[in-house]
Amino acid sequence: MPNLNDILTLLPEAYLTGAICVLLLLDAFISERQRAAVHWLTLLVLGITALLVISGQMQGTASAFGGMYLRDPLAEILKLAAIAVTAIVFLLARPYIEDRRIAFGEFHTLTLFALLGVMLLVSAGSLIMIYLGLELLTLSSYALVALNRDSPLSSEAAIKYFVLGALSSGLLLYGMSMIYGATGTLDLNVIRMMVPMTPHHGLLVFGLVFLIVGIAFKFGAAPFHMWLPDVYEGSPTAVTVFIGSAPKLAAVGMALRLLDMGLPELLRDWQPMLAVLAVLSLAIGSLLAIVQTSLKRMLAYSTIAHMGYLFLGLAAGTAFGNAVAVFYAIAYALMATAAFGIILALSRAGFEADQIDDLKGLNQRSPWFAGLMAITMFSLAGVPPLFGFFAKLLVLQAAISAGMLWLALVGAVFAIIGLYYYLRVVKVMYFDKPAADSVLAASRNLPLRWVLSLNALALLVLGVLWGPLFDWCLRAFTAA
Amino acid sequence: MSSWPLLSLLVWLPIVGALPVLLAGARRPRAARWIALLVSLATFAVSLLMLHGFNADSGAMQFTESRVWIAALNAHYALGVDGISVALILLTTFTTILVIVGAWEVIQDKVHQYMAAMLVLEALMLGVFCALDALLFYVFFEAMLIPMFIIIGVWGGPRRVYATIKFFIYTFLGSIFMLIGLIYLYLKAGTFDIATLQALRLTLPEQTWLFFAFLLAFAVKVPMVPVHTWLPDAHVEAPTGGSVVLAAVMLKIGGYGFIRFSLPITPDASAHYAWLVIALSLVAVVYIGYVALVQEDMKKLVAYSSIAHMGFVTLGLFIVFALLRSSPDGVMASLGVQGAMVQMISHGFVSGAMFTCIGVMYDRLHTRQIKDYGGLVNVMPWFAVFMVFFGMANAGLPGTSGFVGEFMVILSSFAADPWIALVAAFTLIIGAAYTLWLVKRVVWGEVTRPQVAAMKDINAREAFVLGAFALAVLALGVWPEPLVHLMNASVTGLVQKLALSKV
Repeated sequence: MPNLNDILTLLPEAYLTGAICVLLLLDAFISERQRAAVHWLTLLVLGITALLVISGQMQGTASAFGGMYLRDPLAEILKLAAIAVTAIVFLLARPYIEDRRIAFGEFHTLTLFALLGVMLLVSAGSLIMIYLGLELLTLSSYALVALNRDSPLSSEAAIKYFVLGALSSGLLLYGMSMIYGATGTLDLNVIRMMVPMTPHHGLLVFGLVFLIVGIAFKFGAAPFHMWLPDVYEGSPTAVTVFIGSAPKLAAVGMALRLLDMGLPELLRDWQPMLAVLAVLSLAIGSLLAIVQTSLKRMLAYSTIAHMGYLFLGLAAGTAFGNAVAVFYAIAYALMATAAFGIILALSRAGFEADQIDDLKGLNQRSPWFAGLMAITMFSLAGVPPLFGFFAKLLVLQAAISAGMLWLALVGAVFAIIGLYYYLRVVKVMYFDKPAADSVLAASRNLPLRWVLSLNALALLVLGVLWGPLFDWCLRAFTAA
Repeated sequence: MSSWPLLSLLVWLPIVGALPVLLAGARRPRAARWIALLVSLATFAVSLLMLHGFNADSGAMQFTESRVWIAALNAHYALGVDGISVALILLTTFTTILVIVGAWEVIQDKVHQYMAAMLVLEALMLGVFCALDALLFYVFFEAMLIPMFIIIGVWGGPRRVYATIKFFIYTFLGSIFMLIGLIYLYLKAGTFDIATLQALRLTLPEQTWLFFAFLLAFAVKVPMVPVHTWLPDAHVEAPTGGSVVLAAVMLKIGGYGFIRFSLPITPDASAHYAWLVIALSLVAVVYIGYVALVQEDMKKLVAYSSIAHMGFVTLGLFIVFALLRSSPDGVMASLGVQGAMVQMISHGFVSGAMFTCIGVMYDRLHTRQIKDYGGLVNVMPWFAVFMVFFGMANAGLPGTSGFVGEFMVILSSFAADPWIALVAAFTLIIGAAYTLWLVKRVVWGEVTRPQVAAMKDINAREAFVLGAFALAVLALGVWPEPLVHLMNASVTGLVQKLALSKV
């Protein structure tokens, strides 16, 4: 029987669940003019959840419900990052949602449900919890993608996402059943102890392959990336911001729980698999991004390449490599919110600003936003002194220290190729003149302007002062 | 004095100064210009203060500052200068003033952004010369590309986009492999401190691949044949100020990288492959000299002549190894490094001046083709004086700075191998040929085109910029002793390090 202690350990998630239900009811009965209240209450809920996460962790590491749910530093970092990113998403997305008359309350509650999925996933201590968190996240995401139900593109993206997502969930579940069959337990800590003792090594590796496929699907790593560009392009940009950022944090949490916590003994088996996925993602992401004309699709392929870099850290299989993977996921999430945030800031009803050519001459129309976008692009490209460079530096270092110099060299080569398409965006903004009929103008929404500015400037500030953040990530893996 | 973080002031002053310039906005170009000028003057003053406090008799790093930057990587924010970096810092701060004055009326579009980009660029270049931590060095080294990318791309010529993207990707290509090399060194040494890395023992195979990783990074920057093709494009398309900074300072960072990283960190591999670099340098000196001869675009001609002159720098740096083999006392070897350094400083002044001259002509006629000019001496006598003088310096006439460095390098290569000296000495003929022929076609002769007849002579502002360059060229040519003395202790220290095997 769950006792009070278990509930208290679960307090942040429990609170969030209750708050979502209240918000849902509130939204149903509130008048159209008071809609803004839902928005600000949502942000308040996020703030309180973050406080609960921090105060919970202050009481130390714990587990609840017989090891199903874990409260540890790793979960804390990923949860706080996901909450922060979600708050950024709400602030950035509000004008977009209002302009297009997309269901306001549903956007907020579904996103919160997805966040709840992220939080449960990164705290999962057993295979069942991982699956549960993942499904909560992805089911909410399917609905979010289809939120703009009058748009055929959105519907198409949602169907694709759903079919492929369901397939990957099935594969993941299949892999989990193999692991369960070989070890006789769902608890990840017990699995780790059982692995050296089990006689069914072949079965374990067989299951591992399916787990890796499931993980790669969630990251959008090649060759399991097919859904990603269509979903990024088809979703309303407000939803793309979310899908492009917070789920990556969940994916890194899932990968670390499964591989580092559950199956570290199989390092020799999963390391080469991750290395192959990394190389394929780097190649496909970098090369296909070059030919895109849609900014959202270009960023989607760039995501694939970035997940390749993240895998460099994961593949190392060391405490340092794990910390680097978490660090990279946080860095990437911040860059993604900034990049998609610019699209949100420039778009308005009837003008999506989602083509690269739509940014032509932005420096003349709005030097400030052009500057922010330039920072973001240079950061994504990995040019110092920006945040993205140090994330890349660390993954290369993790790969080299794990004895995979060749992998680091591959990463370096694709960094050069990747440079081209980021520079093209800067070129369009700075070197081209706006088209004569261009309606390019930055949004006047104040919260959006402020949040976007802080987000992009954070890439510059964290580029100089990223030490504490990385120390925090590192402590999650070395303290215990 | 020592408690003052003079180098931090030097590096951060232009960055902080760039903010008010940027805030002046598009509507107040006058304010932007004046603030930028004041900031660059102040930075120059700080660099003079540094020179004043610098003890040239010591080869050690001075004005050092160090604080932990990233504890997890043991990376430090560590700054310090020796004689070699002091010389290059002075070149940078001096040139920046002239570039800002030179752009005064020339740049009319987005003045505030141009001036701010120049100041940020200056700060990052100064950072490169001050950094004592390899990670910090790399950050400055790469970050420098961003302002230059913008300067060429926004204020450049018709093919600017092609040129600037090529510039960025080429340089990035070189340096990312250096980054891998630096990470490898860090994992071995546990620190990014350059002095520790220089003392680190490495096997020959390790040194070999590290040497080529560094070579790629710095050879692109210098640039050496065959990775030089970005330079003519970048120079032709860049605005005058961009060309001047590119030629006067940015190319030097490649040479500086050789001195700080390649030579001391991988001395055995450098000795092993010195023949390769020497051969490439000679190709640059002779072949690129001939390429310069046939150019019809003035900027392209000077760009190729830059590559040829930078060939002397790499020749002087790597001839050291041949000399150390024959005479281990290192006197002649020091001469080679000294010569390379003098050549770098001199080339900074001369090429900066040449590009300024071309800019002056371009502002009046809006063409860089040699055939569009002719007989300038008749309409622009003052300009002709400067142009002929800098042409002579470019050709290496004794009495100008161009002669000193080339002579020192040729002298030391003669000690190593007379044949190398013979090939290198070809530059005296080829260099004179392409420069004097350029001067002949542009300055001398009759005015043949009505547009040229309408050209006005240089104004006071242009005269100031060219005059400052001329003064520096002449001073260095007549009395190079202060510069040589400034660098002597540091160069001797470097050569001593190179004489020891690390295997």
